[in-house]
Amino acid sequence: MKKNLLLALAFVLPTTQAAEWSGNFAVQNRYFLHDPLTQNAEQHNNYVSISAEPEFYHSWDDDRQSLTFTPYARIDQYDNERSHGDIRELNWQRVFDGWELKAGISKVFWGVTESQHLVDIINQTDSVENIDGEDKLGQPMVNALYEHDLGTLSLFVLPGFRERTFADIEGRPRSYPVVDTNQVLYESSDEDNHIDYALRWFQILGDWEIGLSWFNGTSREPVFMPGTNNGQAILIPYYPQMTQTGLDVQMTTEAWLWKLELIARDWTTIDSQTQLLTAEDYLALTTGFEYTFVGVFESDADLGLVMEYLYDDRGDETTGFFDNDIMTGLRLALNDEQSSEALLGIILDVDNQENLVSLEASRRLNNNWKLELEIRSFHHIKLQSRLAGFKNDDFIQLDLAYYF
Amino acid sequence: MKQVTIKTLFIVLSLIASNPCIAETDEEKGLAIATEADRRDTGFKDSIANMTMELKNKQGQTSVRNVRVKTLEVEGDGDKGLSIFDTPKDIKGTASLTYSHALQPDEQWLYLPALKRVKRISSKNKSGPFMGSEFAYEDISSQEIEKYTYKFIKEETINGIECFVVERYPAYKHSGYTRQLAWINKQEYRPERIIFYDRKNTLLKTLNYSGYKQYLGKYWRAETMHMVNHQTGKSTLLTWHEYVFQTGLTDKDFNRNSLKRAK
Repeated sequence: MKKNLLLALAFVLPTTQAAEWSGNFAVQNRYFLHDPLTQNAEQHNNYVSISAEPEFYHSWDDDRQSLTFTPYARIDQYDNERSHGDIRELNWQRVFDGWELKAGISKVFWGVTESQHLVDIINQTDSVENIDGEDKLGQPMVNALYEHDLGTLSLFVLPGFRERTFADIEGRPRSYPVVDTNQVLYESSDEDNHIDYALRWFQILGDWEIGLSWFNGTSREPVFMPGTNNGQAILIPYYPQMTQTGLDVQMTTEAWLWKLELIARDWTTIDSQTQLLTAEDYLALTTGFEYTFVGVFESDADLGLVMEYLYDDRGDETTGFFDNDIMTGLRLALNDEQSSEALLGIILDVDNQENLVSLEASRRLNNNWKLELEIRSFHHIKLQSRLAGFKNDDFIQLDLAYYF
Repeated sequence: MKQVTIKTLFIVLSLIASNPCIAETDEEKGLAIATEADRRDTGFKDSIANMTMELKNKQGQTSVRNVRVKTLEVEGDGDKGLSIFDTPKDIKGTASLTYSHALQPDEQWLYLPALKRVKRISSKNKSGPFMGSEFAYEDISSQEIEKYTYKFIKEETINGIECFVVERYPAYKHSGYTRQLAWINKQEYRPERIIFYDRKNTLLKTLNYSGYKQYLGKYWRAETMHMVNHQTGKSTLLTWHEYVFQTGLTDKDFNRNSLKRAK
């Protein structure tokens, strides 16, 4: 099926004028400042990788119909799981008067906050790409969107589940023990063929933007069961069924953005005491603001201050990383010809002082080349913590990308 | 005698009609010129155009940006605009949607194609550079009468064109200027030159318009807009191509969903 579509694309390409390819190739170097936690001989201190993300886009029928194809691949020097390919997008879209239909593999983003994305639930996280959860795998879907004065209503039917990606035994950062994706388990007997459904309503009311969403199906986030592979301890990802209701709100004034994301989830998890599967309901939220100082230091630069509070009512029992944390960020945009930007962020756990510091910076070199720097470091990480795997994994990453 | 009186009266009346400066202050005359310029540009409904910006630094090195711009005229308010960026290549597919307003803050959204994310953003940065160029956001946004107060200065001929010279003072918040000196074509009521003075009232930039073309027999658009920054020595040459008017765009082409679809 995929082969046929590729073949069809190859025929479409030379004959149509509106058809176009764009995208990027990149080379990445990741250097880890410390030796691995377990002095594990399989892990390394420097990883080189290359990636490609071309995009083919063709529209016709006065732009009312379009076809998008975005394959993705990365080849990593050591990590066999990070060396992977994906179809980020392969979809057909049709726009009618006041409604839209999309079918195929696609990517959807919901939400408003910066530190984490609780409400965003449609696509699986491609976590071998980066630990920040911003990279997503393509999701097969049929999506209908309807515009009305009372808001935009969007309906999703999601056939086919994508497993989360995890680093291999040679990869860093990773969990200890490593996740064995070959032993994956599902709550549903349909396993990765379960059909999921989602619904979203979105409305703009002056300075307020409000989104309400509902999802029913296979959880994108797995819970982990202890297991073995050839006598070695491993973690088995288990994907339960779940229902999640989400609310996202942003209020915008001239310099202030006020944000809230709230979710209520009903699923099955592993009880930390009994190690048995147990039903669980919980609430989690992210809320905060972003304030921008314009033209700081007598220059054209903008300086943004971001503060967000991350809460999970399960406390230490959370399956996520954050339960009572404060994120503080500084965003600097020079507004120069090279679009030089930097974002410095700290997420601090209020209870135990564990904290994550990150710096992301980028600068355009010319019309085609761009340089990106990323530094992540982890402080006061407890050995029994969910973040324990990151304890020795401070890294500096440099990406040089060619855009076309 | 009787005839002479009527003739005189006629001359006086026609003088009043043709010369709006009688019994008018310089402020009223400045506003009248801006109002007439606005009246002549009303009714274009919508337009689509391609914009090329060539940025030149002090050393003469250049870089280019290409943007496709869709505009929807909103009567009694600022226009709606959708801009799609094609180059530099790393921001290809990025798009912005603006609902501009005369004195209220603009509403602005940004679409980030890599994340498929639409962000409502702060609209405070009116004085900041547009894509690293010498044009500030406020220079390229929808021009409404209420955005300024005006004062007629004099009449002057530049490049062989007779102009009104009108000084205008931003009435909206967060402008980077104390004042602008605008040369308005007496015949066509279109800007030929604008000189910008920064917050300290020091000479900052000069913008020259050229290559005017008339569309639909009524609406004048400059083909090139050349902005020179006197303080940094940098300049930006903005060129407009392939203007099309009244293409049938509606409000539905200027909302969050159409922003997400913009390619």
